[in-house]
Amino acid sequence: MIEAELSRSARRWCPGATGVTGAAKLSGGASQDTWRFDITHPDGVIGAILRRSPKGYGAAPTRAAGLAAEAQLMQLAYEAGVPSPRVMHVLTPEDDLGTGFIMQRVEGETIARKILRDEEFAAARPILARQIGGILAGLHRLPQDRLPELRSRGATQEIAEFERDYRSLNWPKPVFELALRWLHDHDPGPSGETTLVHGDFRNGNLIIGQDGVRAVLDWELAHLGDPMEDLGWVCVNSWRFGEIDKPVGGFGTREELFAGYEAAGRKVDPDRVKFWEVMGTLRWGIMCGGMMQRFREGPDHSMERAMIGRRASETEIDLLRLLAPRGS
Amino acid sequence: MQDEPTPIELTKAVADFLRNDITPLISGHQAFKLRVAINILDLVTRQLTREEGSDANEVERLRALLGEDGSVMELNRALAERIAKGEVDLATPGLAEHLWATTMDKLAVDQPNYASYKRELGRNP
Repeated sequence: MIEAELSRSARRWCPGATGVTGAAKLSGGASQDTWRFDITHPDGVIGAILRRSPKGYGAAPTRAAGLAAEAQLMQLAYEAGVPSPRVMHVLTPEDDLGTGFIMQRVEGETIARKILRDEEFAAARPILARQIGGILAGLHRLPQDRLPELRSRGATQEIAEFERDYRSLNWPKPVFELALRWLHDHDPGPSGETTLVHGDFRNGNLIIGQDGVRAVLDWELAHLGDPMEDLGWVCVNSWRFGEIDKPVGGFGTREELFAGYEAAGRKVDPDRVKFWEVMGTLRWGIMCGGMMQRFREGPDHSMERAMIGRRASETEIDLLRLLAPRGS
Repeated sequence: MQDEPTPIELTKAVADFLRNDITPLISGHQAFKLRVAINILDLVTRQLTREEGSDANEVERLRALLGEDGSVMELNRALAERIAKGEVDLATPGLAEHLWATTMDKLAVDQPNYASYKRELGRNP
């Protein structure tokens, strides 16, 4: 069992640790999984999370930064005061756990619908849009000379990449074609400034407590690019979980997001944010198509994956609402 | 001609059985998977109910828009190509109305509770 390896590992890098209990798998596919466990220690239990690729699954998919880069980014964010879990240990071959890292567990909620509906978060909800602006500003300011090696992607390359992904699905969708034309026509070109971009900053990838955002998770799509990409992605309608009049994750307004970003000393370009929101909506739609394809052809023949394929149409209605809105 | 009950009645009977009789017996991750399974059967029932009519309307609109004939798949492929080439765009009479009608028909099957869809249903097009 994984607890034996985790215990041996923790005793090596956590002075005083006596063992590990309560290991439970939180999520996982064939190539990557996440576990929670407790490190027993004379000073008190330490809650921890393991994020790893099991042995034999070292290679990262093309868009992913890789677990080593993810650990480095989270640690950098933590040190810079961006809400992030503290990385306690990067796995080595002696751990016999595959590749990945162990981080301190941050208590709170990640399930978007609970955050948007439960009484427990009622006080936090009104402050989140502005707070997210401030957090993104901090993230975009992380020192570039200390970042791990990351792919670099601007608007023009992203359009080309999504167009290729979409065409490879051989799945004629007039609304996606319309969105691709719009993106070509509104391509803002290279960003005036290139920064770290989180790449998947949205409701669902944030740990939220009664006091607001406690940690930013899922850095695997981090890259260098246009900082406005993160502001657009967080507004994509699919991440509002029904609260469609509150563009920022279902929490609040773009104005609040922008105010939080600018109060932290960084400038917003609303036209670029809109471009990336359209791009992000199409991106999620194409990802749904990819899920459909993997369901049909690949090893993951799950019902969940099949149903995500049927979510492409939600991005079509959202693209029409953005590009061809109807009167009231 | 096949006998009855119809596929719609049969899938609905299975979905109702899982929903009413099996759901109370199951918990945890299997309960989540059961919910997904029921959602799939409900989607299939909606599609069986609506697809024939919505496809016929879609083909009719596409023929008017493109001035050619074909299956719903062929006509969608043709429209996609014309949009990609810039020969048809939102200034083309009928395109926006066609895309809206087609998309609304899809959401009615895929996700009738999706908030954007419910908002647009309440609008006069």
